[in-house]
Amino acid sequence: MKTCLVVDDSSVIRKVARRILEGLDFKIEEAEDGEQALIACRQRLPEAILLDWNMPRMDGYEFLRMLRRLPGGDGPKVVFCTTENDVAHIARALHAGANEYIMKPFDKEIVEAKFQEVGLI
Amino acid sequence: MTPQDFDYLRKLLRERSGLVLSAEKQYLAESRLVPVARRHAIATLGELVGKIKANEMSPLAMEVVEAMTTNETFFFRDKVPFDHIRETILPALITARAREKRIRIWCTAASTGQEPYSIAMILREFNAQLAGYRTEIIATDISGEVLARAKAGIYSQFEVQRGLPIQQLVKYFSQVGETWQIAPEIRAMVQFRPLNLLKDFSALGTFDLVFCRNVLIYFDQDTKIQVLNRIVRQMPETGFLALGAAETVVGLTDAFKPMPDRRGLYVPNLTKAVRPESNVLKFALKA
Repeated sequence: MKTCLVVDDSSVIRKVARRILEGLDFKIEEAEDGEQALIACRQRLPEAILLDWNMPRMDGYEFLRMLRRLPGGDGPKVVFCTTENDVAHIARALHAGANEYIMKPFDKEIVEAKFQEVGLI
Repeated sequence: MTPQDFDYLRKLLRERSGLVLSAEKQYLAESRLVPVARRHAIATLGELVGKIKANEMSPLAMEVVEAMTTNETFFFRDKVPFDHIRETILPALITARAREKRIRIWCTAASTGQEPYSIAMILREFNAQLAGYRTEIIATDISGEVLARAKAGIYSQFEVQRGLPIQQLVKYFSQVGETWQIAPEIRAMVQFRPLNLLKDFSALGTFDLVFCRNVLIYFDQDTKIQVLNRIVRQMPETGFLALGAAETVVGLTDAFKPMPDRRGLYVPNLTKAVRPESNVLKFALKA
């Protein structure tokens, strides 16, 4: 079973994402911000990361840049999931190494389509 | 809506579009027709049916038929047929059409345009190999309303997130407020035309690739056979037909045969297909 780390400061979003991704056969781990996510990734790299942009302490963009510098950090497929839905943010995310990008609000179909797109399912 | 009204609408839909709506789908018809009635300030669906019966050729009747058709679509839907275009169809056609340097593609039920625009984006990926070739994508649909949306090429945030890789969104779309519009150069690659597949479509000319996906499933057996046998007449021997994941020619017609190891892809069956040349021969014999 593949593991997906859900990184979002909203417990509601984490709960919704967990429900969708468990339905797609993922084991879920959660982090409330980039710092927590980085600690989790230093212990064990997941196969997938669903990543919010705006979070306290360390945002998703900064986390992604740090993740990609970790040994093996190019492995996880990172799918941004954010309300930052303009081309400039998307381009920055792709440049930093994001594999896909979900613009909130999202639903199961969108998550499934994006995870399929990057070969996670 | 009474069961008699629903039966009348099912018959109308079948006669006009070939689409078969099963008896248990009354709820679907009702949910799709309420907005039509509201738009025309008609109080009940019974009254709407009454107005159509009074004039079956009215624009209102056509609007009702269009409202009852299914327009579900998204970019790169099912992925596999688009992999076939990249890996099998275009390489074969580029070689086969090296002399005439012309490739024509037909999307038979284009709906709001995601399918033909997906094909157009793939053709752009092949720009170098297609240098000097004239490519045409003809996209047809029975519904004028969805074609108008398709021509505008404007999609909601939800629509651009179903099947469209994010890199393609950034490359080929621009943000217009809350929506996304496909680039003018991609829009210019597709010609949209209203067309009812039950009617004669020979004037469209011949096509090297026909995308007829998720259309036949709504037709009865005879209509499926008739449409497939007319499509093959519009194709050269080296053409391709792509059907939807739940569709097949097997058991319907010998005019096409499945391409081995290419799910959903068919080629004209040279020994069985009714070729245009056969008609020439027929006329010659008559003379």
